Amino acid sequence: MNYRIVFLAFCTFALGCMALTTSAIAGDGANILSERCASCHDLTGPAPTTLEKIWQRKAPDLFYAGDKYEQAWVEAWLQNPKRIRPAGMFYMDHIKPGEKRDMVDDSTLTDHIKLSKADASAVAEALAAKQPMNSLIDAEKHDPAVSPGPLGEMMFDKFFGCMACHQIEPGYGGLSGPEVYTAGSRLKPEYMLSYIRNPQAWDPKIWMPNKHVPDVSIQKMVNYMVDLSKEDWNAKQ
Amino acid sequence: MQNNSMGVFLLFIVVLLLSPLAEASETAKDNYRTYCMQCHGMQGTGMGLNIRDMSVQPRDHTDAKAMGGRTDDEIFKVIKEGGFAISKSVLMPPWGDVFTDDEINDLVKYLRDLCKCKFGG
Repeated sequence: MNYRIVFLAFCTFALGCMALTTSAIAGDGANILSERCASCHDLTGPAPTTLEKIWQRKAPDLFYAGDKYEQAWVEAWLQNPKRIRPAGMFYMDHIKPGEKRDMVDDSTLTDHIKLSKADASAVAEALAAKQPMNSLIDAEKHDPAVSPGPLGEMMFDKFFGCMACHQIEPGYGGLSGPEVYTAGSRLKPEYMLSYIRNPQAWDPKIWMPNKHVPDVSIQKMVNYMVDLSKEDWNAKQ
Repeated sequence: MQNNSMGVFLLFIVVLLLSPLAEASETAKDNYRTYCMQCHGMQGTGMGLNIRDMSVQPRDHTDAKAMGGRTDDEIFKVIKEGGFAISKSVLMPPWGDVFTDDEINDLVKYLRDLCKCKFGG
C-alpha cells in the first residue's frame, strides 16, 4: 500500500518536472527571442504597409514564424546558419553597379548569429507557437500526390518566371528573392501554397508579384520545391 | 431621424479618416526603386541584379528608340498585366496586385522621363 502511494507521488513529481521543463524551455526561447533576435526581426507584427517601413526591415518577420517555418529546420539552421537571401533582406541595400549588371556587395552583408543546440531548440519551439495567420494556412490543402514531373523547372522558368528572382540551385537563378532549392525543407507546404497564391496577403509591400498561378500549378510548384530540397546541395557545391 | 443623420455623418468622417490608409500611394521613384530595379537595374538600363540567367533580358528603360515604340497604354498594360499581356516575356510579371492604377500612371510618366521619349519618338 505504502509502495503504491510512494509510486504515485513519484509519478506526479516526475510529470510535474516534465511540465516545468517544457514550459521553461518555451520560456527560455521567448527570452532569447526578445533579447537576441528582436533588434533585427519583428516578433509582433503587423507586416510593413509602406515602402519606407519595408525598406527598414533588417530580417524576415518572425511574428508568424509558426505558420511559415518547419520547426526542425529552424532548430538545425540556428545552429549552423547559412545565408538564404543572396542579396540580403532588401536587395537595394546590398548591391552596387557592375560592368555587366548590378552585383551583390558582400561587404554590406553580415552573418546570422549561431545558437547552441539547447538555445536553438528553445527558440524553435517558441517560434512554432507564433501562428497568428493560421486562417491562411487552414485555407490550403497540400496534395503531395500532384507530381511536377519533368515540368517543374519549366514552370519556374518558362511558364511563370519565378527563376528571374529565385535560385533553383546554388549559383543558378535570380538573387533578389530567397533561394528556393532549400524552401521545401525550410517552409511548411501550406505556407508555400498560400504565399505563391497571394504574396501580398502575407506581406503587403513585398517585391514578389502575384502571378495568379492556377491551383494545380501551385501544387506542382510546391512539390517541385519539396523535391529540390531533398538534394544534397552541400555535397554538390 | 436626427440620430440616423448623425450616424451617417460619423460614418462619413470615419471613412474619410481611413481612406488615406487604405489607398496610401507611393511615389513612382520609390516604386521603381523597390519593384523594378531588381531586374531593370539601378540605372534603369536593364542591367539588374537578376539578369545573368534570364532567357530574355529586361528592357533598357533609357533606350529612347525601344521605349518610343510603345504607347503609354501599352506600357500601362505591361506593368499591370505583365509581359504576357502584350506577347512579351513572362519574366516581366504583372504588378496589378501591388500598384494602384494611379501609381501605374505615375510609373508610365516616370519611364517617359527615364527614356526622355514619348510614343513615336
